[in-house]
Amino acid sequence: MKRVLWLFGAVVIVTSMIILITACPSTKKDGVASDAASKVYVAPGEYDELYGFFSGGFSGQISVYGLPSGRLFRVIPVFSVDPEKGYGFNEETKAMLNTSHGFVPWDDAHHPEYSMKAGMPDGKWVFINGNNTPRIARIDLTTFRTTEIIELPNSAGNHSSPFGTENTEYVVAGTRFSVPIPNEDVEISKYAEKFKGALSFIKVDPNNGSMDIAFQILMPGFNYDLSRSGKGKSHGWSFFSMYNTEQASTMLEVNASQNDKDFIAAINWKKAEEYVKQGKFKEFTSSYVHNYIDPNTHMAVSEKRNKVKVLIPSECPGLVYFIPTPKSPHGCDVDPTGEFIVGGGKLATVIPVFSFDKMIKAIGANKVDKVIDGIPVLNYQSVIAGEVEKPGLGPLHTEFDANGFAYTSMFVSSEIVKWSLKDFKVKDRIPTYYSIGHLMIPGGNTVKPYGKYVIALNKITKDRYLPTGPELCQSAQLFDISGDKMKLLLDFPTIGEPHYALAIPASLIKEQQLQFYKMEENKNPYRTIKEADAKVVREGNVVHVYMTSIRSHFKPDNIEGVKVGDEVYFHVTNLEQDWDVPHGFAVMGNTNSELLIMPGETNTIKWMPKEVGIFPFYCSDFCSALHQEMQGYVRVSPANSKTKLSWNN
Amino acid sequence: MKPKTKILFSCSILLLILMYFFPIWSISLEAPQYPEGLGLYINISSMTGHKTHDLNSINNLNHYIGMKVIKPESINELKIMPFVIGFMMLFGVIILLINKKKLIWVWIIIFMIISFIGLYDFYLWGYDYGHNLDPKAIIKIPGMFYQPPVLGTKQLLNFTAHSYPSKGGIAAFLSIVIAFIGIGVDKRKKRKDKI
Repeated sequence: MKRVLWLFGAVVIVTSMIILITACPSTKKDGVASDAASKVYVAPGEYDELYGFFSGGFSGQISVYGLPSGRLFRVIPVFSVDPEKGYGFNEETKAMLNTSHGFVPWDDAHHPEYSMKAGMPDGKWVFINGNNTPRIARIDLTTFRTTEIIELPNSAGNHSSPFGTENTEYVVAGTRFSVPIPNEDVEISKYAEKFKGALSFIKVDPNNGSMDIAFQILMPGFNYDLSRSGKGKSHGWSFFSMYNTEQASTMLEVNASQNDKDFIAAINWKKAEEYVKQGKFKEFTSSYVHNYIDPNTHMAVSEKRNKVKVLIPSECPGLVYFIPTPKSPHGCDVDPTGEFIVGGGKLATVIPVFSFDKMIKAIGANKVDKVIDGIPVLNYQSVIAGEVEKPGLGPLHTEFDANGFAYTSMFVSSEIVKWSLKDFKVKDRIPTYYSIGHLMIPGGNTVKPYGKYVIALNKITKDRYLPTGPELCQSAQLFDISGDKMKLLLDFPTIGEPHYALAIPASLIKEQQLQFYKMEENKNPYRTIKEADAKVVREGNVVHVYMTSIRSHFKPDNIEGVKVGDEVYFHVTNLEQDWDVPHGFAVMGNTNSELLIMPGETNTIKWMPKEVGIFPFYCSDFCSALHQEMQGYVRVSPANSKTKLSWNN
Repeated sequence: MKPKTKILFSCSILLLILMYFFPIWSISLEAPQYPEGLGLYINISSMTGHKTHDLNSINNLNHYIGMKVIKPESINELKIMPFVIGFMMLFGVIILLINKKKLIWVWIIIFMIISFIGLYDFYLWGYDYGHNLDPKAIIKIPGMFYQPPVLGTKQLLNFTAHSYPSKGGIAAFLSIVIAFIGIGVDKRKKRKDKI
């Protein structure tokens, strides 16, 4: 008996040891394609096939990368000052960052959007939203410079933006935070009663890109998250996702996660145009600022505006419908045919795919479950085309390829999931490193996607790169989607936090680049078109220095007669007329930035000398063999001195 | 009791000392965005993170699914355990002193019962945390519960949870094994003697 017991014990021990050993976790592999390097390699001197425009998130800028190589070309200052380029510091661009709140030197830039013709990018402009102080900026793709910023009235945070229409008739904006409209001093607990959300439609001039707020729609006090405009058959509609239909004002994390379904709003903007034409709008007073670079003087102009047309859904039947969408939807993405609208419920267990045709039918048949503030809530079953089951966790954003597949980013399970628009079944999945937010397929939001890649925009990099203290980079990852299975090809760190990105074929942009500003077209009032005209002019305690720069000297380069307490403006014109010959201009101790002046351009920097002495200035952009000799001096005399204003040229 | 049995049983008792210095059980969590891993150790009188702040991080993650906050100081079992193991060691020493081999069987059976109760208690604890979720939880997935496995691996949303004995637990396990072997050695000796 004891022997049996002993044997039994021995068997138990041996089996448990085997279990312990075999059940130990195995290590995962990266899954980098074996031919990855050759697929993303762009040989020295060769060009990338695409320009990638990556939003900088909290950096407030856009960075421009070559794709597929992931090489960084440029950081375009948009909402944040950039002392390197003098953006927001020099007199020409300072006004670009004016708002109704004053000069705001920073913003949170989330979603780039390109200008389009017939649902395809035309290479003219890139728009991007400022999420903090609600704004939209426009970047000119001949100069890669921010040329216009418009503030959005009646808004607080601008997240669901710019997401333009098929021919960039409009770029849109939706307030992230609802606030009292007009804004007023109320108890926060009166949220449900007093707070409203504004959706804005900003008209874009097809010739010069100039933006103007055409109308706003006054929506219930929810949080408006993302947007897409219809295309093809759904052209004329825009879709906005929203969360916090619970109308919580505190601890939204919990309190805005209670409803099983929030909404995607379908806006019939063609109908809105009719209502505006019929005069069925209310004019609201709300101040906002519109800034643009005057194309002739290259100087920013700030205009204050205070009127906006507002449509009220309850007074405008057929303008807005709500589509119930599971659990705090983020993405509401329209497929290339314009038929499917894909919701990305952050906390949802399925990806709902809505049918545009069914939506139109449901509207016709009045399949309405309830009405909120005059907005009909359509019946979910009447609008749904299918649900993607078990897609992963935390679906956020979906883009499309040219072969009928959709790719959805999964934040929580940190992966990209590929599924079919035919049967709504998952076909493939691949991990991202780590915590993907948006993703981007070149042309993935157009009527004809043209990308062989999907790019993941990741929030967390942890162990992916050499560590740099507590603050680590965010990243982009490039996957090959030309086959049945996605393959990881490349990852690269990004500037700031890339919320979303765009890719435009290089051929659309490359040839139209402005190489330099033509001297004869320079209409800056402070220009100096030849060295002989260089001069210094005193107007009371304001001193204007009209200066020229050319390899390798400034004219004038010795200035005397400047006094403590003066307000000195250096108007520096770069006389070069050749590509890639910028000149810099920097003054010792200036509490302002430097200037970086492109050929044919005039830039102005302000300097307030505070002490007596000699102050050198120099060219900060290595321009020529004798760049180091490109320098000069300003003599600063006491405030009451009799030193005569003089200069050399 | 043969000298070899005595030596082996003494080893069994001494092995239990390790339980005071090394974790008994380890729950580790793997998720894509936690490449460095995240986990908990159940020690004889405490519960600690694999890394200093893991317990904090786990509690923070758990708030999404509405799980109760894990507060090791409120777990009574951890207060009793040092004494239970202490008793086993004391009982072992007494067995050695009175030199009764049969009592080793008793010791083994008691220890196995205690181990079983411990694991069952661990299961109940996991069940409670995994099932009694805040009805207002941020992430609610119908039919989804977050009970960690007692032994083995389980997928809990984006986390893969592994639960295995750690050094202290393995020591306890080996302690029983060695006690067994001690009895076995004794028995084989006897058989040889008979031949």
